[in-house]
Amino acid sequence: MSAHRPRYRLAGRIARHVLLVVSATFALLPFVWMISLSLKPPDEIFQPDFHLWPKTFHGVENYRVALTAAPMLRFLLNGVFVCAIIFVLQLMVCVPCAYALAKLRFRGRDTLFSAVLVGLLVPPQALAIPHFVLLHVFGLLDTYAALILPWIISAFGIFLLRQFFRSIPDEIIHAARLDGLGEFEIIWRIMIPMSTPALAAFGIFSVVAHWNDLFWPLIAVRSEDISTPALGILLFRDDEAGQFLGPLMAGATIIVAPLLLAFLLAQRRFIDGLATTAMK
Amino acid sequence: MAEIELRGIEKRYGEAPVLKDVSLKIKDGEFLTLVGPSGCGKSTLLRIIAGLEDQDAGEVSVGGRPVDGARPKDRDVAMVFQSYALYPHLTVFDNIALPLRTRQLSFAQRLPLIGPLLPGHTGIERSIRKEVEQAAAMLDVAHLLHRKPGQLSGGQRQRVALGRAMVRHPTVFLMDEPLSNLDARLRVQMRTEITSLHRRLGVTFVYVTHDQSEAMTMADRVAVMMGGELLQVGPPEELYREPQDLRVAEMIGSPKINIVARAHWADDRSVLSAALAPQAKHLAFRPEAAVLITPADGVTNGTVTDLENLGSDIFVHVALRDGSETVVIRTTPDERRFSLGSTVGLKVDAARLMQFDEAGRRCGNIERVAAA
Ligand SMILES: Nc1ncnc2c1ncn2[C@@H]1O[C@H](COP(=O)(O)OP(=O)(O)O)[C@@H](O)[C@H]1O
Ligand SMILES: [Mg+2]
Repeated sequence: MSAHRPRYRLAGRIARHVLLVVSATFALLPFVWMISLSLKPPDEIFQPDFHLWPKTFHGVENYRVALTAAPMLRFLLNGVFVCAIIFVLQLMVCVPCAYALAKLRFRGRDTLFSAVLVGLLVPPQALAIPHFVLLHVFGLLDTYAALILPWIISAFGIFLLRQFFRSIPDEIIHAARLDGLGEFEIIWRIMIPMSTPALAAFGIFSVVAHWNDLFWPLIAVRSEDISTPALGILLFRDDEAGQFLGPLMAGATIIVAPLLLAFLLAQRRFIDGLATTAMK
Repeated sequence: MAEIELRGIEKRYGEAPVLKDVSLKIKDGEFLTLVGPSGCGKSTLLRIIAGLEDQDAGEVSVGGRPVDGARPKDRDVAMVFQSYALYPHLTVFDNIALPLRTRQLSFAQRLPLIGPLLPGHTGIERSIRKEVEQAAAMLDVAHLLHRKPGQLSGGQRQRVALGRAMVRHPTVFLMDEPLSNLDARLRVQMRTEITSLHRRLGVTFVYVTHDQSEAMTMADRVAVMMGGELLQVGPPEELYREPQDLRVAEMIGSPKINIVARAHWADDRSVLSAALAPQAKHLAFRPEAAVLITPADGVTNGTVTDLENLGSDIFVHVALRDGSETVVIRTTPDERRFSLGSTVGLKVDAARLMQFDEAGRRCGNIERVAAA
């Protein structure tokens, strides 16, 4: 038994790694392809033989076009602004809701929580038309508000934070009440600092979702100066379709880069946050 | 002045009653322990006194003032929790300072960034620092003020929790099994520290525990609770000598009190049958209320099944008749020794024999209790 256990373990490890490498390759392939295309001249892109690295390096030209042909910087700033405001407003709604659902006792709490779970099941696309009509009625279409308002109540955020808050012992909250903190101060001074992993995890979900979102900006916004990166690059494709695939891919790389960078920097935190929320 | 009075407290969670008509008066400056098996409602009662939970019926008053409906912070009550409930993201200093800050600083002064710039902030912070340092010195945690709770040992966390409770000078201290997470040696040491803290502060302590020896050694008075009811309240020696309920008799004292069925002993000369009350169903006696003698006719005989030698005492386990009842008798090492398996006679001091009726209530010599 003990004689063949190491070998068995080694085989298991190899199998595990092969599986991971294969799935990682599939996940990364489009991404690598995008970067590869963003470095190639137009005539090389449609050649039947595929090279990862271009024969003639056209990267500088592609990225120059990407940055100048459309107001890319403006799109990026719009993206940062919209994502940040969405996240802040989401927290202002989700944190108190999650606290009440996790720690306060009141009539109808469980029903309300079921409602949140139902909210989790509704695809955002299903709400696009009602949102559009509402924003039209209030005259907010084609403004930053149109990009932000539909997202500030996040059922997912309420659910995630509520689960995390439940893992914080009641005794801490009792101690805080005896120490003279009011409920909002308990949220602000106790719950939020104790929940940084969950908040970080939710932050990443939220920012990634809205940074990459194309569907809703496409419906709500037409002006170039409030476009988010994903929408901006689409406007750009409309103009320069086809032969300008290189600059298009360069643009895509530029809008993905900030997320990638942020993820690499916060990787450990993010994974910890996911692991702890999953465990509880 | 901070006596606590509970009148007819009832509490239920859903269908299950957790507290049934609990009435209790706790004197100013008293150290009262509340002892009972886990799940009997001790913590719930404490939370009701603190105002963290609303009772379904009954009244609570603290210092002669009804506090029903008053918020926890307005009751002048501090609580130490079983898990210590320290704020893990704050340093020891900030943990202890928090109750002072919420009371002494205004809402605006507590705001982050702007708060410290407001007039008066610096002066108040300075006096808070002094008080925190004083409390920390008293509890021997002054050198830990800059650490986070996660970096402390169990005993140190316990002291910080005590510091946070006492720093604002409450008139009532509620403690919910504060020592149950400590190892045995530290527990005994902290017991004496808590009782001496009580003597120094001179305020009312209500101390919850499921450990009867903790309850007995620390308290002025002990309240025994079971199944949401208060069974008996009294000084430790009264609970030990004159339990009014079989369950109290069983809970208090180590080793446990000996309980035998009356039916088996009715014709035994070692117990005067005539003195037994007619309704008595169970007889009970403490391990020191009987002596082992040479086996003879007319007394109860049994077989020694076990010997526990503690050095100062030897507890002899004796199986009576067919072994269906076992009693534990205390002997001293100077007395005659008994060997395992030997047959011995048992003689119970009739004056210290307690009688309980079918329902477990004390009967028979109850008059003597009333006189005492
Ligand atoms: N918040 C609650 N919801 C429902 N039941 C509870 C709650 N708190 C306590 N209980 C129940 O009340 C009973 C008494 O609990 P507790 O006061 O914590 O007992 P103890 O402190 O004596 O161990 C237990 O049966 C427990 O399950
Ligand atoms: Mg308890």
